[in-house]
Amino acid sequence: MLEPHLERRKVFGRVWESVALVAILLGVAVLLILLVRVFLDGLPYLRPQLFTQFPSRFPDQSGLRSALQGSIWLMVLTALLSFPLGVGAGIYLEEFAPKNILTRFIEINVANLAGVPSIIYGLLGLGLFVRGLGLGRSLLAGVLTMTLVILPVIIVSTREALRAVPASIREAALALGASRWEMVRDHVLVYSMGGILTGMILALSRAIGETAPLITIGALTYIAFDLRGPLDIFTVLPIQIFNWISMPQEAFHRLSAAGIIVLLVVLLSMNALAIWLRNRLQKRW
Amino acid sequence: MLRVPRLLLILLVLAALLVACQPATPGPTPTPQVFVTVVKEQVVVEVTPTPGPVEGTILVDGSSTVAPITMAVAEEFQKQYPEVRVPVGISGTGGGFKKFCAGETDIQDASRPIKQSEIEACAKNNIEYIELPIAFDGLAVMVNPQNDFVDCLTVEELKKIWEPDAEGKITNWSQVRNGFPNRPLTLYGPGVDSGTFDYFTEAIVGKAKASRGDFLASEDDNVLVQGIAGDPSALGYFGLAYYEENKDKLKLVAIDAGDGKCVQPTAETVANGTYKPLSRPLFIYVNRARADQKDEIGLFVKYYLENAKQIVPDVGYIPLTDELYTLALQRYEKRIVGSVFKGEATVGMTLTDLLKAEQ
Repeated sequence: MLEPHLERRKVFGRVWESVALVAILLGVAVLLILLVRVFLDGLPYLRPQLFTQFPSRFPDQSGLRSALQGSIWLMVLTALLSFPLGVGAGIYLEEFAPKNILTRFIEINVANLAGVPSIIYGLLGLGLFVRGLGLGRSLLAGVLTMTLVILPVIIVSTREALRAVPASIREAALALGASRWEMVRDHVLVYSMGGILTGMILALSRAIGETAPLITIGALTYIAFDLRGPLDIFTVLPIQIFNWISMPQEAFHRLSAAGIIVLLVVLLSMNALAIWLRNRLQKRW
Repeated sequence: MLRVPRLLLILLVLAALLVACQPATPGPTPTPQVFVTVVKEQVVVEVTPTPGPVEGTILVDGSSTVAPITMAVAEEFQKQYPEVRVPVGISGTGGGFKKFCAGETDIQDASRPIKQSEIEACAKNNIEYIELPIAFDGLAVMVNPQNDFVDCLTVEELKKIWEPDAEGKITNWSQVRNGFPNRPLTLYGPGVDSGTFDYFTEAIVGKAKASRGDFLASEDDNVLVQGIAGDPSALGYFGLAYYEENKDKLKLVAIDAGDGKCVQPTAETVANGTYKPLSRPLFIYVNRARADQKDEIGLFVKYYLENAKQIVPDVGYIPLTDELYTLALQRYEKRIVGSVFKGEATVGMTLTDLLKAEQ
């Protein structure tokens, strides 16, 4: 009497299991088809010239040197800027902020900002950095805009990582006479660093694929010279890929497939770095 | 005890940030001086006519149709003058003019002449510009290769298909011409923000941007190629360069401008104007004040007009006649500002006449 329809429930269980399996297989199959197509198209163009040459009207002489430079610079500078800001804001909100209406207001806004479409940040960057601060279409304007795009994500993930540290550790530190900052620095941060860095790198992975805000602030399409510094004009990988794919010649489409592979490799190695850092820095309490 | 120092600290940090930010905020200036071009030899160049090593940055933006040509010219130019940097942006003709008339770019790529509203915007910011034709482009009208009944369409028929009133009404090939089979008509065309859309509607319907809305639109011409190639009842239009690369997948339709002669777009018919009304000139607009300040702009424009004949066909467009390139160069050297089109309709005028009228 306790298990009235045992057989039927077991059948249901198996049905749901296979539905879930089909769901994951569908996703994986689509991804595989895409990857295989991109690799078949792009492999012949994955050669040294791709990295040493600037874009050209002849596909055989074309490369993504300027775009790769732009993307790497953008990533490094964005990381340098968004890490202290994002992690600092997360620590303050989670560990120091008084629990009042203002803090709640800020928290809700940060969470909402994480879902704002990136083109909105692009428009903000155009008004504030490009025209307001007079930075023009420089890499720095792009870096500042991209920092805004990923800051909410970093703040939210930092807070999640901090929250995962049990209260007993904080209490133990405080009980032994540590100040709040000492408690955060020597205990909470140490235990949450793995999670914080993972969130950071996932946020950067989002940034490297973003095109819309950069096009809005005026990143250029054709650049055939090396980047000279943060105040120089720039382009990035997704823009170069898009430019190639919209050319009429078939060879450029293959070239853009090669560009996609490069972007994928950069992205996947960033994710791998995230996993490695997490495993290395993760401390158990 | 602890409160006061903490507040103090926060204030200190804020103050430090403010101080740090100050030099970076020169206040909102209408003409950003970010792309500082250092022409060290400027004085020397002006005194002695021997061109020394010129350096600087020439900022180009605008039409995605013209961009391949400017990119190709920039590529060659930078080989000869490695110290001059010519980046090219793609903001579309309209988006590019917004930047150009705000003084943010030196040269504007345009797939149509400047419009009245843009002329006013430039005038408001005291931006004078030199309008230079650089190549021809033909708009190709295409059907699926399986379509065996259409070889030629008149402008009237195209208007019947594309005018705003046709929306939801002209949906079958049999409505286009008596004798066409009873087959659904599906339409493909460029997005409404493109200069190609502006030009086609102006040439065919008679008013820029006047078009039916129920067609499949894409900013990416390759998507249109795929669409027409996979749909036996399709009709669509886009730049000739995209047809040239996909000849096996598409069937070109000849155009009868009303005189009973069916003309296919080729390099020859587009250049001599017999393919009408769908051949159009492409332009660059040069900021006059910058051209006077920066010698490298003059070098680039001269290089552009002198080498376009060789470079333009490489990227799938049709060069102007030698005479037109010479007229354009004269126009640049005399610094003739303004548009020969006066912001009005452009279809059916010959460039040579317009440019000569000004000499």
